[in-house]
Amino acid sequence: MTAATTSVTADARPISRKLTANRLPKWAPAAIAVGSIAVGCGIGAVGGLESHLQWGLISAVLFLLGSYLVSAQVEGRRQAKDRFATSVVWVAFILAVVPLVSLTFYTVQQGISVVNGNFLSHSMRGVIQSGPGGGIYHALIGTLQQVGLATLMAAPLGLLTAVYLVEYGRGKLAKAVTFFVDVMTGIPSIVAGLFILSLWNLALGFSYSGFSGSLALAILMIPVVVRSTEEMLKLVPNELREASYALGVPKWKTILRIVLPTAIGGITTGVMLAVARITGETAPVMMLVFGADAINTNPFEGPQQSLPMYIWQQYSMVNNDFGYARAWGAALVLIAFVMGLNLIARGIARWRSPKGGH
Amino acid sequence: MIMAKRIDVSGLSAYYGTTKAIEDISMSIEPRSVTAFIGPSGCGKSTFLRTLNRMHEVIPGARVEGKVLLDDENLYASNVDPVAVRRSVGMVFQRPNPFPTMSIYDNVVAGLKLAGVRKKAVLDDVVERSLKGANLWKEVHTRLNKPGAGLSGGQQQRLCIARAIAVEPQVLLMDEPCSALDPISTLAIEDLIGELKSQFTIVIVTHNMQQAARVSDRTAFFNLSGVGQPGKLIELDDTQRIFSNPSVQATEDYISGRFG
Amino acid sequence: MTSSSPAAPRGRERRPRDSRVGDKIFMNLARGSGILLLVIMGAIAAFLTWRSVLALSTNEGNFLTTFEWTPDAPKPVFGIAVLAVGTIVSAVIAMVIAVPVAIGIALFISHYAPRRIAQPFAYLVDLLAAVPSIVYGLWGALFLVPHMDGLTSWLNQYLGWTYIFDQTRTGTPRNLFTVGILLAIMVLPIITAVSREVFRQVPRMHEEAALALGATRWEMIRTAVLPFGRPGIISASMLGLGRALGETIAVAVVLSASNVLSLHILDAGGGTFAQNIALKFAEAGDNGRNALMASGLVLFVITLLVNGAARLIIARRKEYSGANA
Repeated sequence: MTAATTSVTADARPISRKLTANRLPKWAPAAIAVGSIAVGCGIGAVGGLESHLQWGLISAVLFLLGSYLVSAQVEGRRQAKDRFATSVVWVAFILAVVPLVSLTFYTVQQGISVVNGNFLSHSMRGVIQSGPGGGIYHALIGTLQQVGLATLMAAPLGLLTAVYLVEYGRGKLAKAVTFFVDVMTGIPSIVAGLFILSLWNLALGFSYSGFSGSLALAILMIPVVVRSTEEMLKLVPNELREASYALGVPKWKTILRIVLPTAIGGITTGVMLAVARITGETAPVMMLVFGADAINTNPFEGPQQSLPMYIWQQYSMVNNDFGYARAWGAALVLIAFVMGLNLIARGIARWRSPKGGH
Repeated sequence: MIMAKRIDVSGLSAYYGTTKAIEDISMSIEPRSVTAFIGPSGCGKSTFLRTLNRMHEVIPGARVEGKVLLDDENLYASNVDPVAVRRSVGMVFQRPNPFPTMSIYDNVVAGLKLAGVRKKAVLDDVVERSLKGANLWKEVHTRLNKPGAGLSGGQQQRLCIARAIAVEPQVLLMDEPCSALDPISTLAIEDLIGELKSQFTIVIVTHNMQQAARVSDRTAFFNLSGVGQPGKLIELDDTQRIFSNPSVQATEDYISGRFG
Repeated sequence: MTSSSPAAPRGRERRPRDSRVGDKIFMNLARGSGILLLVIMGAIAAFLTWRSVLALSTNEGNFLTTFEWTPDAPKPVFGIAVLAVGTIVSAVIAMVIAVPVAIGIALFISHYAPRRIAQPFAYLVDLLAAVPSIVYGLWGALFLVPHMDGLTSWLNQYLGWTYIFDQTRTGTPRNLFTVGILLAIMVLPIITAVSREVFRQVPRMHEEAALALGATRWEMIRTAVLPFGRPGIISASMLGLGRALGETIAVAVVLSASNVLSLHILDAGGGTFAQNIALKFAEAGDNGRNALMASGLVLFVITLLVNGAARLIIARRKEYSGANA
């Protein structure tokens, strides 16, 4: 063993060689959290703060400070930073959970008493708006048809465009398409509505219909589908493609048999998010399908209703407790509908996905 | 300068959830030498290697029983900080894994920066010495600010070695460091291991028995009695003995089977 | 077009006819979709611009600095000053709150939470990303607004000296601050869902490399996870910002709009581009619609600039991205 002098590490570096360190016990974060909440509530109660939002915020700040200071005292700065980061992440989690749970809970609470067979199977035809009664059947049909038509137009177009960008895209055309997909993502929904209105209805002379609503929805959906699909296709490792080429499989079959199936889970998620987004769109629908109180099963002719628009009308135009109740009922149905879509799409994604996740 | 340390393992078992991966392993690893772990796939040699710097437990549900003494300090004592352990026991992985978002320079000093070393002069010094130590300096010193991911596989692996030795560990663990490399790069790494053992205690897992024979002073053979059974240490001896005249029949079968 | 893959010719050797025709059809189909998309975009731009020019030629006021919005009056006067400020202020509030929280939640799911919690929680966030904006609006108006009273007066009391939190008029908190919070809640699931996916893709070997160097969990996240995920975080935020800028119905439901320009974000009043269009559209005449299109075009351009900036940031980081290199 020669040459200790040529050592990589001839002089000592200021790195500690100690293996042991003071550690806080496992229950410490929980204890700090409980303590902070107690003190936060105490301050809130004593200070007479009426809103529980403030109680929570005070507790959160106390918790963050507490975990940093306690850990810095016992474990040192690096560990304290680590604990602080952990605390921040937990606080973020709780900050997010509160409104989201509140939203879900409140909607269910308000809507559940309204939704019944009668509500689901009747329209608003002949119902006095400012009074009780009526239902959403006409809106349900309208939404299903409008979203369905939009998806039929947007999903294939978006998917193919993404395939073009990832698998074939070279040169100016691809650059232009990428750029304009980005631009399209930025189109506010209401602007898409205005555009279809001026093109389809004003310039081409078609009248209000469910279909003109779905045209606007399709415009909103395409870029979302392109983008998410693009991302997912890019995640498919090149090795897979090369392996397939090496077996003598032509490019288009490689894309259809290897690339798309590998990414299908993510693609489905993307399409699903896009469908969810347009299902809840109110603004473009509002100006294109006109709104109706009666059932209209033909999306290509005559005014239709849609669920989001129904909620908007019940809230802003009826604007009394009966209207609010119907709005909550419709909101609950709308959420349930969107969640149902989600669950089905995820089922498909899991069933189609060849690999078992990460 | 660094003090290469000896490792004494006693009664060590490791689990993934409820599955026992390795059972009751005891052995001593000498300082300033290369110890190779060989054995069939799934025999737990990589798992065992990862218990030596407490990397095993970063996998959710994984845990360890038994003792690992670094000189006289038990790595699994309750007041030991795993973060400190990993600074003393460095690791090089199967596939080269330089941080893709960092330059070559930043990759090498990543560990030091984490430990709070900020002085430019010190860092420059360490970069040069670590890269020289990893036989990479000549190839990269003109492009230290380029991303590490732009190097060839063999260069990336040497960069990872430079990164590992930059924090001056006392022990260097290598988990099949050449399995993703071409023969020439492999040779370069093997030469490097030969040089590094003057300063570090080196433990290397390898699938390649010629490699074990070439680089190691001592060799440990691991085996498992069947699929789903935990891996066990069969024997540990001087490399020459293991390959010429092993004392256990299983070792001889494995070695001759592979060679034949 | 030539095939870009060096490995492709092998396929041709085997079944030349079939694969060449198939390749051609498939590629043209894909390319056609891209072109159709460009045509749609061109049409939108042309229509919006045309309508905007029509409207602007009638405007008697200054489009950029006028507060009023009376395009259908005999002497049309309309301007976007109030709308621009309101849109930007509410979106900024939303992003300031939502981005850090979303990154926190994404890290919580990908790296901090115990498996048993992480999986269902990730699922929940995905589902919440799907909640329609009209429902957020309804909840905002009937639940959030009444609950904002305390926080509003508190901010006014302790931070009133900052000018922005100075409440000069009392009233229900149907103001830009509440709108900003509602928007933050709305974009949170989207930013979280995208960032989480990116964090999950961080190769395990990079995380282990950091840990093996003696990094704490937070240091591992800083050295391996966040740099790797940065482009993803940026595009996720842009997705959220786009939604916040263009959000129509939730803002229309919650905000009590007026043509008053004020940076006292706790005072009710103001407006946003999209909210203004939704509110004024129904009673607008021909020139009114054109004027609304002009404001829509401005909103569109703003989102375009935001997107462009994000693209630049991502492109600059590309050299360091290791994936698929």
